[in-house]
Formats: sequence, structure tokens, C-alpha cells
Amino acid sequence: MALNQEHELHQRRRGRNIGVGLLLVSFIVLVFALTFVKVAQGDFELPRTETGVTE
Amino acid sequence: MTDATNIPREYDPTLGDYFALLKPRVMSLVVFTAFVGLFAAPTALHPVEAFAAVLFIAIGAGASGALNMWWDADIDAIMRRTASRPIPSGRVEPGEALAIGVGLSGLAVVMLGLSANLLAAGLLAFTIVFYAVIYSMWLKRSTPQNIVIGGAAGAFPPMIGWVCATGEVTVEAWLMFALIFMWTPPHFWALALFMRSDYDDAGVPMLTVTHGRKTTRAHILVYTILLAGLAVAAAATSIGGPIYLTIAVILNVLFLKGAVDIWRRDEAQAEADSYKVERSFFKLSLLYLFLHFGAILFEALLKPWGLGGWAWL
Repeated sequence: MALNQEHELHQRRRGRNIGVGLLLVSFIVLVFALTFVKVAQGDFELPRTETGVTE
Repeated sequence: MTDATNIPREYDPTLGDYFALLKPRVMSLVVFTAFVGLFAAPTALHPVEAFAAVLFIAIGAGASGALNMWWDADIDAIMRRTASRPIPSGRVEPGEALAIGVGLSGLAVVMLGLSANLLAAGLLAFTIVFYAVIYSMWLKRSTPQNIVIGGAAGAFPPMIGWVCATGEVTVEAWLMFALIFMWTPPHFWALALFMRSDYDDAGVPMLTVTHGRKTTRAHILVYTILLAGLAVAAAATSIGGPIYLTIAVILNVLFLKGAVDIWRRDEAQAEADSYKVERSFFKLSLLYLFLHFGAILFEALLKPWGLGGWAWL
């Protein structure tokens, strides 16, 4: 029996898996958009990683 | 090695079954009131931040709904109105509902903290604990004032929306909270008067059963009087204005009249016209909340044009 045999169960779960996938992609897009907006707002500062270094 | 697909299950829940755990109808009210709270605030958020804030408030509310369904599965199975919910109907396992509730609660609180501020996230966390633990697990089955307490959980979203934008809890935020908090008891008790409910079979104390229908009618009147005062008073704050005041006065006069009519009637009169007054009061209560928050939103929408609020008069 092939390991990747298609079962009727896989068919049924396909819709749900695609839905969960789309939700995760939407979440990633939202986090990316939020990060972009927060960084572009001006009051964002990168944390200093070295002390005593002046520009 | 285990393979989950090898475990046979009579029914595979769809995404829609999991979504039903979040009580979508309650969530739509949360989205509307949270949006109004956020939009009416004097400080504006970036549209992406505002969208994320309303989304995570809604997810938090949905998560508390899932926790409520997990805890109340035993009584949901007894009552006709709730017997078709995902857990009592067997479509979703109780453990799944608990995992979804806890997981989404954490996600919503953390993401609201990141997209808005920590005070808003703290309030959302408090709302979830209040609804799932204090209301569902403790007070719902032990006091006939359960409706009043449960109403507080539903009253937080506009306050959280306001805090997302301003970062503080001001009098306007409290007034929007009070509007929903005081509206909930008359709304639900009117429903309890004309809907033959099976709460009693489920062992949930409802005021109509524990203290009788006459007391319930008096309670509706008292809450409506208090609500009317608060609703009209909100017109004097920064969320109010002439449009809000006009709508609030009309609606509250109608609502008060309905509450007085309910208080004056007895069961014989109510049964004679199949609860006509109670039914129309309930219908009006739906319009009441929608139009009050709609008016707050409308006043805020006019502000960019120098209209809205009292400033332009």
C-alpha cells in the first residue's frame, strides 16, 4: 500500500486545511503591515546594541 | 509514530464549526461598539493599527465565547435554544473548544498590546477572565442577577476601543460602558418575560423564576430610568452633540414609556395580547443600542468638517 494513498478523509479535511492556511497567511500579512506602520511612525528607535559608540 | 488521520472520527469539524464557538453574532456587536469607541476618541490611530485593534478585541471576545461554551456544555445540551451549539451537538470536542479559547485569548491580548497599548490589552484580558471565570463559572449559576453581571463583559468593548486610541480611561469611556451595562438587564428581562425558557431545567436562576414576573417588571423599569439618565447625560461630553442629544431624547422617552407600560401590566393582561408590549419593548431595545452608538459614530464622522459635537454651535 502506498504511503501517500488518498483517503476519503483527506478530501474532507482539504477545505479546512486550506482555510487554516489562508488564516495564517492573513495573520502574517497583518503583522508585517503593523510592523511597517509602527516603524514608519517616526517615534520608533532601534535599541542600541553597543555602548560608548558615537556616530 | 502516530498519525492523527488513522483515528476514525464520525464527524470531522469544519472551520465553520470552530468559528461558531466564537459566537459570531455577539462578535458583530463587539466589532461595532469597539469601532465606535475607537473612532469617537479624540486621538486617531493609523488605519492599520485601528483595524488590528478592532480585530483583536473581537477575537478576544470570541475566545471568551469559546471558553463559555466549553464550561456551559452541560446546560447548553439541556436547553433547546443552545442544544445545536458545536459542543452539545457533538461537532466539536470540549477539549478543542478549551484549547481554542485559551489559545485565541492569549493571541488577542498579546497582539492588542503590540498594536495599541498595554492598558487596552490589560482591559481585554480582564474582560475575558470576567466573562469566562467570574460570570460563566461562578455567578451565572448562583445568582438571579447573572444578567446584570454578564452585561458588564459586553460593555467593555467600546471602552477598550477608546483606550486603544487615547491610552486612558476617561468619562466618555465610562459612559459608553454604562450605556451597554444598564441596557443589558431590561433587554434580556423583557425577552425572558415573553420567551418560554428552559433555564429552569438547566438550573440557571433567572429573575423571572426566582423572584417572579412582577419583580422582573419592576427591575426593568428601575434599570430603564437609570439608563435614560446616563444616555442623555452622555450628550454633554465630547462624544455627544446635537444629533446625539436629539436621538437620545426621542429613544429614551419611547424606552421609558415602554418600561412604564411593562411595569403597569400583570400576567393576565400580557397573556391576553400574547406579550405585545414586552415584544415591542424588546424590538425597540435592539434599535435603541444601535442608534445610540450610531449617533456617537455620526458625530465623530462630522468632526473633520468642523461639524459634530458642540464646538460648531
